[in-house]
Amino acid sequence: MSRQHEHRPRPGLVMPVDRSTPPVLMHHGEQLRLQRLPADRSRVIYPPEPLEPIEDEGAAIREALDNPIDSDPLDQRLFAGMRLTIAFDDVSLPLPPMRAPDIRQRIIEAVLDRAAAAGVDDVHLIAALALHRRMTEAELRHAVGDRVYDALAPRGQLYNHDAEDPDGMVLLGTTDHGEEVEISRRAAESDLIVYVNVNLVAMDGGWKSTATGLSGYRALRHHHNPATMTHSRSFMDRHNSELHHSNWRQGEVLRSAGVEVFQIETTLNNDLYGNGPMSVLAKREWEWTARDRAGFVATRAALDRMRPGTRRKVMHRWRAPYGLTSVQAGEVEAVHEVTTRNVYRQQLVEVEGQTDVLLFGLPYISPYNVDSILNPILVHCLGLGYFFNLYRGRPLVREGGVVIMSHPTTPEFNPVHHPSYIDFFEEVLPETTDPVEMAERFEKDYANDEWYRHLYRTGHAYHGVHPFYMWYWGAHALDHLGGVVVLGGDPATVRRLGYRPASTLDDALEIASDLVGPTPTITYFKNPPLMMADVK
Amino acid sequence: MPAAVEKLRAKRFFVTGATGFVGTALLERILRCVPDSRVVLLVRDGRRRDAAARVQREILRNNAFDRLRAELGEDGFTRMAEDRISVVPGDVGSDGLGLDDRGQEALASCDVVLHSAATVAFDAPLDRAVEVNLLGPVRVAEAIGSACGTHGTPRPHLVTVSTCYVAGNRRGAAPEEPVRENPFFVDIDWRSEVTAARRTRGDTDAASRTSERLGEFSARARSQLGPAGGPALAERTERLRREWVSDAMVEAGRARAASLGWPDAYALTKALGEVALTEATADAAQPVSIVRPSIIESALAEPEPGWIRGFRMAEPIILSYARGLLREFPGVPEGIVDVIPVDLVVAAILAAAASPPPPENDPSIVQVASGERNPLRYQVLVDNVREWFTEHPLHDEHGQPIMVPEWSFPGRGRVERQLRGATAALERTEKVVSNLPLRGRAAAWGASLEQRRSAAERALEYVELYGAYTECEAVYGVERLLELAAMEDGPDTATSLQMDPAVIDWDEYVTRIHLPSVVAHGRARTTAAKRDPDRRERRLRSQVLSEQRHLAAFDLENTLIASNVVGTYAWLASRRLSTGDRVRLVGRLLAEAPALLAADRADRSDFLRSFYRRYGGAPVEQIRTDAAEAVSDLIVSRCFPEAIRRVREHRRLGHRTVLITGAIDLVVEPLAPLFDDIVCAETTTERRDGVEVLTGHLRAAPPTAEARARALLDLCDAHGLDARECVAYADSSSDLSLLETVGFPVAVNPEPRLATIARNRGWLIEEFRTSRGHRPPLLPLAPRWRGSSPMPPTRTGSTGANPRSTR
Repeated sequence: MSRQHEHRPRPGLVMPVDRSTPPVLMHHGEQLRLQRLPADRSRVIYPPEPLEPIEDEGAAIREALDNPIDSDPLDQRLFAGMRLTIAFDDVSLPLPPMRAPDIRQRIIEAVLDRAAAAGVDDVHLIAALALHRRMTEAELRHAVGDRVYDALAPRGQLYNHDAEDPDGMVLLGTTDHGEEVEISRRAAESDLIVYVNVNLVAMDGGWKSTATGLSGYRALRHHHNPATMTHSRSFMDRHNSELHHSNWRQGEVLRSAGVEVFQIETTLNNDLYGNGPMSVLAKREWEWTARDRAGFVATRAALDRMRPGTRRKVMHRWRAPYGLTSVQAGEVEAVHEVTTRNVYRQQLVEVEGQTDVLLFGLPYISPYNVDSILNPILVHCLGLGYFFNLYRGRPLVREGGVVIMSHPTTPEFNPVHHPSYIDFFEEVLPETTDPVEMAERFEKDYANDEWYRHLYRTGHAYHGVHPFYMWYWGAHALDHLGGVVVLGGDPATVRRLGYRPASTLDDALEIASDLVGPTPTITYFKNPPLMMADVK
Repeated sequence: MPAAVEKLRAKRFFVTGATGFVGTALLERILRCVPDSRVVLLVRDGRRRDAAARVQREILRNNAFDRLRAELGEDGFTRMAEDRISVVPGDVGSDGLGLDDRGQEALASCDVVLHSAATVAFDAPLDRAVEVNLLGPVRVAEAIGSACGTHGTPRPHLVTVSTCYVAGNRRGAAPEEPVRENPFFVDIDWRSEVTAARRTRGDTDAASRTSERLGEFSARARSQLGPAGGPALAERTERLRREWVSDAMVEAGRARAASLGWPDAYALTKALGEVALTEATADAAQPVSIVRPSIIESALAEPEPGWIRGFRMAEPIILSYARGLLREFPGVPEGIVDVIPVDLVVAAILAAAASPPPPENDPSIVQVASGERNPLRYQVLVDNVREWFTEHPLHDEHGQPIMVPEWSFPGRGRVERQLRGATAALERTEKVVSNLPLRGRAAAWGASLEQRRSAAERALEYVELYGAYTECEAVYGVERLLELAAMEDGPDTATSLQMDPAVIDWDEYVTRIHLPSVVAHGRARTTAAKRDPDRRERRLRSQVLSEQRHLAAFDLENTLIASNVVGTYAWLASRRLSTGDRVRLVGRLLAEAPALLAADRADRSDFLRSFYRRYGGAPVEQIRTDAAEAVSDLIVSRCFPEAIRRVREHRRLGHRTVLITGAIDLVVEPLAPLFDDIVCAETTTERRDGVEVLTGHLRAAPPTAEARARALLDLCDAHGLDARECVAYADSSSDLSLLETVGFPVAVNPEPRLATIARNRGWLIEEFRTSRGHRPPLLPLAPRWRGSSPMPPTRTGSTGANPRSTR
C-alpha cells in the first residue's frame, strides 16, 4: 500500500530556505537538476499531496449521469432516432497521458451503453481539438478504448474535428461584443452534444470545451489574442479571465441557438509518479531516504548520458497513474462551478505575498508536445503562459519582477507536428517578440496559409496560427515582468525569444538583480506536480 | 616642344591593337600630346558590339583617358574624340586586314601606321600566334601597298611593335640588329613555318576525332558531370575535345619555339614576323621601323604613374606570390629582369614614328629595354617585393594577413617537379572525393579541393610559361633609343617624350608605383576588415527572391526532402506487410542496393522505369491513401523546412512554382498545395478483378536530365514566361541542364560534382537541413497498418506513429 493511503494527504507548503535546506529538485526539460537556493531570502512552494481517488469510478459515473446538476438525467435526454454527438478532450489532456483505461473511455462507454439502450443509432464521436493537431490512431484508441474505436472508426463515426472543413463548420451567431460563434456542423445540428472533459487545470472546461474545442479560427481569434490574454488575470481563474468571459458569451450564443449540451467534467488528483521508480520526483527533498537519493542520482546520470532523442522517447513513454477525484454532469456552467472547486481542492496552495524573482524548472511536456519536442516557442508558452498564470489573486511575482526558468531551450522542432512553429521561429521572432505587433503583421498570413491548412487537415500538424496563440499565452506575463532569464538555455535561441541566457543560477540572479535590485527575494514554484498559488 | 612631337603635328595615324595595353597608351598620348593629329583605329567587330561601340566601351572608357577628360571636360572630350578619331572595322588576322573601300581609303590617307596588334598571351596556340604575330605585320604592309596603289598616295611610315626577345635565348649583348643578322639565328623559312603551323592544326584536330580519343573525352565528361543527360554530356565532350586541341597547339608552339632557341611561341613568331616583314617590304618603297620593347609594365608617369591595362606577365606572378600561392619561383638572383614602363615604350614608338628611315633602307630598329642602361637585378626586385608585401600584406578571406614566403631561387626543374607532384596528388584526391556520396558541407570541401588544385595548376603554368624568361640573360642594346632620346628637348618639359631608361629609380618604381597599382588592379584584399562572407550569398538570394522572377522550379529528392524513390517505395510497400514480410522486404532492398545504385548512375531514366515496375499490381486507392499519410510521416518529417518555406516565399512573390521530379504522381499528389504545376512520372492503371491497379509502366519517359529542362521550357511557353527570369533548385549534376536553362540556378545541398560546377560558375548554393532534433528512423518503413478492414476509415487520422500504451 502506498503511503498516501495510510495518511491523509498533506496540503501544499511554502517552505523558507535556510542554511540547512537541502538542494531542491528542478526539472530541466528531459533532465533533472538539484539546485541549492540562496538561504534566508528564498522560499519553495510545494504542491499538495495527491487526494484520495474515488474507489468505485463506475458508480461515480453512474451517479453523475443519473443525477446531473440542473439537468434531466442523461437517459431522459436520449431517444431513438436522435442525432447524438459525443465530443471529448484531445491528446493535450491530461499531462502526462493517463494510464489506460483513460477516464474518457470509461465515461464514453457508459454514455454509449445508455445510447444503445435508448435505441440511438446516429452517434458520432469527435476529438474536440480545435486547432490542435489531429490525434493519431493510437492516441484515439487510447482515449476511447479499442472496443469503441473498432466499432465506430471504420464506419466513419469517430474522427478528429476539422476546423478548416468548409462544409463541416457552421456560424451560429455573434455575441453582444461582436464575437462570431462557429462550431462543428455535426455537433451544432445534433439533438444533443455530450461533452466528455478532463479538467486538469482550472482553465479547462465550462463553455471553453464546446465554444473553443469544436470551433475554428473565425471564432477563436476573438479571444485568442494579445488584448484578451493581457486582461486574463489569470486565465486559470475563470472569474478574472477575459478569455473565459468571452467563451461564456459565446456559450450564451450556442445556448440561444438551441445547441443542447450535456457536460460531463472530471477532475484528477496530481499523482503523476505513483509508487514506482519515479516516486522520488514527487517527494519533498528533506524526506528523501538513502534509497530515494541513490535512485535519483542513478536516474539523473542515466538521463544525462542518453542521446537527446532517446531521452525524449523515454520520458514521453511515461503514463501517469492519476486517480479520479470527481465526476459531475449536467448544465455546463453549474457543472463547471463544482469542477473548479474540485480542481482547487487538489491544487491550491496559499502563499503570503509576492516575490522579486520567480523560479521554475520547466519539464519535458506541455499540452502541445505530447510525443513531441518542447520547442522554444512552447518553452515560452509553458513558462510564461502556464506556470506564470497558475495563480489566483495576484501573480506570484511582483510587477517588474523577473522570472527565471530552467530549460535547455535548443532550437529543435518536430517538423510533422509544428511546421508553422519552425517558420514562426525563423520569420517572426527575429522581427518582433511583441504579441501585438506580430498579431498585426504576421498572424493573418499564417492563419490563412494553404500549406499549413493542408498539413493541419491531412497530416498531424498544429494549425498555422497556433504558434501565435502560444506566444499570446505569455502576453500577460510579458506585460507584467521586468525580464526573463533562461537558465541553461541555448544562448542564441534564448536571445531570439527576447530573454537573457544564464548558465548558472548565480549568473541568473546576478542578471535579475540588475532589474529588481540587489538581494532579491526568490520563490521557487516546484511544479510539477501541478498546483496553483493562491496569493494573498 | 619636343622635336618628335613637332614633326608629328597634324599627321594622320593608323593604329592597330588600340584595345591592347600599348595601343591604348599610344592613342592617349597622340590625342593628348600631338597637336592637330587625327587617328584611324583598326578594330575587330566584336561578338556583341561592332567596332565603333568597342572603341567607346573598351578604349575611351579606360582610365588612361581620365587625365584628358579632366582637361577637356566630358563634353569637350566627346567632341574631341568625334573630331579626331575614326574607326574602321578589320582584323590583322585576315588578308587585306579585312578592310572595305572606306577602310582602304582611310589607310591610304594616313602618314603613319602604328601596328601594335599582337597576341601577347605567352600560351597562345601555335597557329593563332603565327596568324597574328608572324603574318600580321606582313598583312599590314601588303594592305598599305594595295591601298596606296589604288589611291595613288605615298606609302606611310609603318612602325610595328615587336619584342626584344626576338633575340632568342642567349647570354650577353643583343644589339638593335635585324633578326637575320643575329649570329645565333637558325635559318628557317618563315613560309614553311606558317604551312607547318596550319597543318599541325589540321592534324591535331583530326587526332582529336579518333574514336578512342572521343571515347576518352566522353568518359571524362561523364566523370565530371555524372548522369547529366545526353545533350549536356555531348556539349561537355565537345568542349573537352576543343580544349584538348587548343592545349596540343599551345604545346606544339612551346616545343617548336624551344627547339629553335626561343623562350616561347610568342617570341618565335614575333621574330619570324620581323623577318617576313623585312622580306615583304624589301622591294617596295616602304619606310619601316621596328620597336622592340622588353617586358612592358605599368607607367612611370604618363598618363598617370602606375597606369596599367589588363593583366600582364608580372602581375599574376606578383599577386600569386603575395597570396602565398607561389612558394618558390625559379630564377638567377643576380640575373637581370628587363622591365620597361609603358610610357617609355610609347615615347620611343612616337619618336621612331617621327624619324622614318629612308624607304629603300632595311627597317630601322629601336630596342626599348632597361637592362643595359639601368639594370634591375632579380634579387633586388624580389627583395623589394617581399619587403613591400611584408609591410602591406594581402589578407585572406578570414581577414588574416598573408605571410609572404622567402624564395631560395631553386632551378626551374625542381620547382616544376614539386608543383607537378602536388597537382597530381590533389587531382587524385579530388577524383576519389567526387565519387563519394557526399553532400552539403562535405561536398563543398570537395569543391575547395578543386580550387586548391587549380591554384597549384596555375602556379605550375606560371613557372612553365615565365620561367624561361627569368633564365634569359641577354642584355639588350639601346644605342638607337638613346639617339632618339637625344633628339628631344630637356627631360623636364611637360610634353616631353621621356624614353631613356636611366630616369627610372627602381626602388621607387617598384614600391611606390608598380606594386600599389598591381594590388589595386588585382582587387586584392588589402585590409584586415573581414569581408562579410555571406554578402555574396545574400545578394544572390535577393536576386532569386526578386519580384521580377517568373517561376521557381524545384527538384524533390534532396532538394525539398531528404529521401529518394527507393525510400518512398519501401515506405509504401511496407505499410501493409506483416513483420516477417517487412524483414524480407528490407533484406531484399539492401541486397539489391549496389545494383540499384549502379543502375541509377548509368541512366536515371532507365533506373526509374525498371524500379517502378515494382508498383505493378498495387491497388490505386490503397496507394493513394497511404501516400496521403506518407506526406506527414515520410515527406514532412524528412523535409527541409527552409526549402518548403522557400517554395512558399516564391508563391507569395507571385512566382509560378513547379515541382519537377522523377517520383510517381500518386506519391507527389499530396504536395499539390505547394505547387502550380507538378511534372512527375505518370503511372498507368488497369482494372484487374474489378480493382483498379497500377500496371507498373509509365505513360512517358520520366522527367530526368535534359527532359527536365524541356519540361520547364514547355511551361514557360505555355504561360508566356521567360526562362531567363526563372529560378531552379536542384541537388545533383543530373539536373545540370535544368539549372543551365534558367537565369537563376540554385544548387541545394549539392553533391560534389555539382558543388564544383556551382562554385566555379558563382551560383547560389543553399544548405537546407532537416529540422534539428527530429531524427527520422534508420529505415524508411511505414508503421504497421492496424486497420481491420483493407481500407482505412474515412476522415480519421490513422498513422499509428506512437507506441500504443499497453494495459
